[in-house]
Amino acid sequence: MRYLPKSPAERQEMLAAIGAKSIDELFSSIPERFRLREALKIPGPYSETEVIQYFKDRAAENSVGYTSFLGAGVYNHLRSVVTDAIIQRGEFLTSYTPYQAEISQGTLQAIFEFQTLMSQLTGQEVANASMYDGSTAMTEAVLMAERLTSRQRVLVARSVHPEYRDVLKTYAKNSGLHVEEIPFATNGTVDLQKLKGALKDDVAAVVVQSPNFFGVIESYAPLAEAAHASGAMFVVAITEGVTLGLLRPPSEADIVAMEGQSFGLAPSYGGPFAGVIASRDKYVRQMPGRLAGQTTDSEGRRGFVLTLATREQHIRREKATSNICTNQALCALAATVHLTLLGKEGLREMAEQNLSKAHFALSELLKIPGVKRTFDAPFFNEFTIELPRSVKIVNSQLMHEKIVGPFALGTPYPELTKRALVCVTETTTRAEIERFAGALKGALEQPV
Amino acid sequence: MAYPKTYRYTKDHEWIDVKGDVATIGITDHAQHELGDVVFVELPKPGAKIEAGKSFGTVESVKAVSEIYAPASGEVTEANGDLHNTPEKINSDPHGAAWLIKVRLANAAAVSSLMDAAAYEAYIAEKGKETSA
Repeated sequence: MRYLPKSPAERQEMLAAIGAKSIDELFSSIPERFRLREALKIPGPYSETEVIQYFKDRAAENSVGYTSFLGAGVYNHLRSVVTDAIIQRGEFLTSYTPYQAEISQGTLQAIFEFQTLMSQLTGQEVANASMYDGSTAMTEAVLMAERLTSRQRVLVARSVHPEYRDVLKTYAKNSGLHVEEIPFATNGTVDLQKLKGALKDDVAAVVVQSPNFFGVIESYAPLAEAAHASGAMFVVAITEGVTLGLLRPPSEADIVAMEGQSFGLAPSYGGPFAGVIASRDKYVRQMPGRLAGQTTDSEGRRGFVLTLATREQHIRREKATSNICTNQALCALAATVHLTLLGKEGLREMAEQNLSKAHFALSELLKIPGVKRTFDAPFFNEFTIELPRSVKIVNSQLMHEKIVGPFALGTPYPELTKRALVCVTETTTRAEIERFAGALKGALEQPV
Repeated sequence: MAYPKTYRYTKDHEWIDVKGDVATIGITDHAQHELGDVVFVELPKPGAKIEAGKSFGTVESVKAVSEIYAPASGEVTEANGDLHNTPEKINSDPHGAAWLIKVRLANAAAVSSLMDAAAYEAYIAEKGKETSA
């Protein structure tokens, strides 16, 4: 598809075909007061040299030499130039939704491989062609559970990403869903007794995140058992996909909702990312969005098609399974290429590095007077520490030393004031961890 | 395929067969023909309440997902579980083995206001003319 503007002659030709004399006549039904009669306030036109200079200037505004210890749902991981080279091929970059299988085999095969990788990683039987991001995937998982159970009460762990919970609450507001929060225990995991107390036969889904927002790894089996005992579906949200290189997949889950950003997508300004939703074969018809399926053509050759599209909104309108039908095909492709390059061993090695560097960082930080660990449950690449003073003040001091400090938990969790969520990935070097520990010690020694 | 004389029919192409206060409900041969190959059917669980004119389930074919509308109000006593594994029976035997649900009717007399076989056949013949015109 080319994006070329029309020439004045072509415009006249089109106007003539529909019997309008001018653009003004075509728009005559729009009241005068809504019509723009002045030029748009945009600069330019620029010459090619000026455009290049403009972008060079903007690029020079990027900060360089910073080290980040901020995670909280978006993670800085190694990326290969191969991923970008492949996703920038025109066949992928500019292609539209592959409704026409006969001209979309490459895109469809890539989506099929994405689905295969996601179901293998999450320990589920089927994954769809991607969602917008982890938060909408989690909400769609809850809506799926609502349809499957015909129940409307939802129990969400308070340790689930606060923004994911906000998205869910926004959806729930006018849909009849009742969302209740389950508190966390002193070790940072879901309070199982409180969960059991809240569970009745009217609960559609129990939603937990692991590792949870505090970095703590949940143990799935008792949570799943409690949910299933009440006939509720067990939904697991994952914000940090790299954990799956090391940890057991959430095979007890009925639905898994995951953020795919960790697989080859740059943090950017918080997107675009790719959401993942994976579940059981028997629930596939209540799964939102589309799936690519493998089939054979009239000559018996392997081919790929979009399947279950009859439930999507372009066909079923307001009765569609979900109103989020747009997926993140290009981001999903990046994840597919990234994971294929890494392979099973590579992902495991990456995960191990996250784990050991984060544990090293914790031990370094605990040497600083006044710094305490908040939760003692096992963690992966994020952990929560308590500082003797405001995290935000400390962070502004760290910023002067080109360190993007940890996430201040006190904002979304008033009960966790002075707690900082520290993220360390494979990209963080030992020297950077030591520099951070030194800078934090210095910041805490400064008079208030 | 003949339309059984003892059944009643709706404009949305469902049939209902009343025996006492229990009725069996399905979709017509005309409906299955319009849908094409049926690949999935979604039915309510026993105990569910259905309301005349309201959707109680869906039939999915390779072409579309269609709502199934209740010909009468009542409580579902049984859903045809065989259709879960063999939805194609809806294409081969829509008026018999591929019944969808059995319902305890709230008001069995209300069913007599629906079309009988002759009226339904005339109705679909008329619809056919509209389409070809």
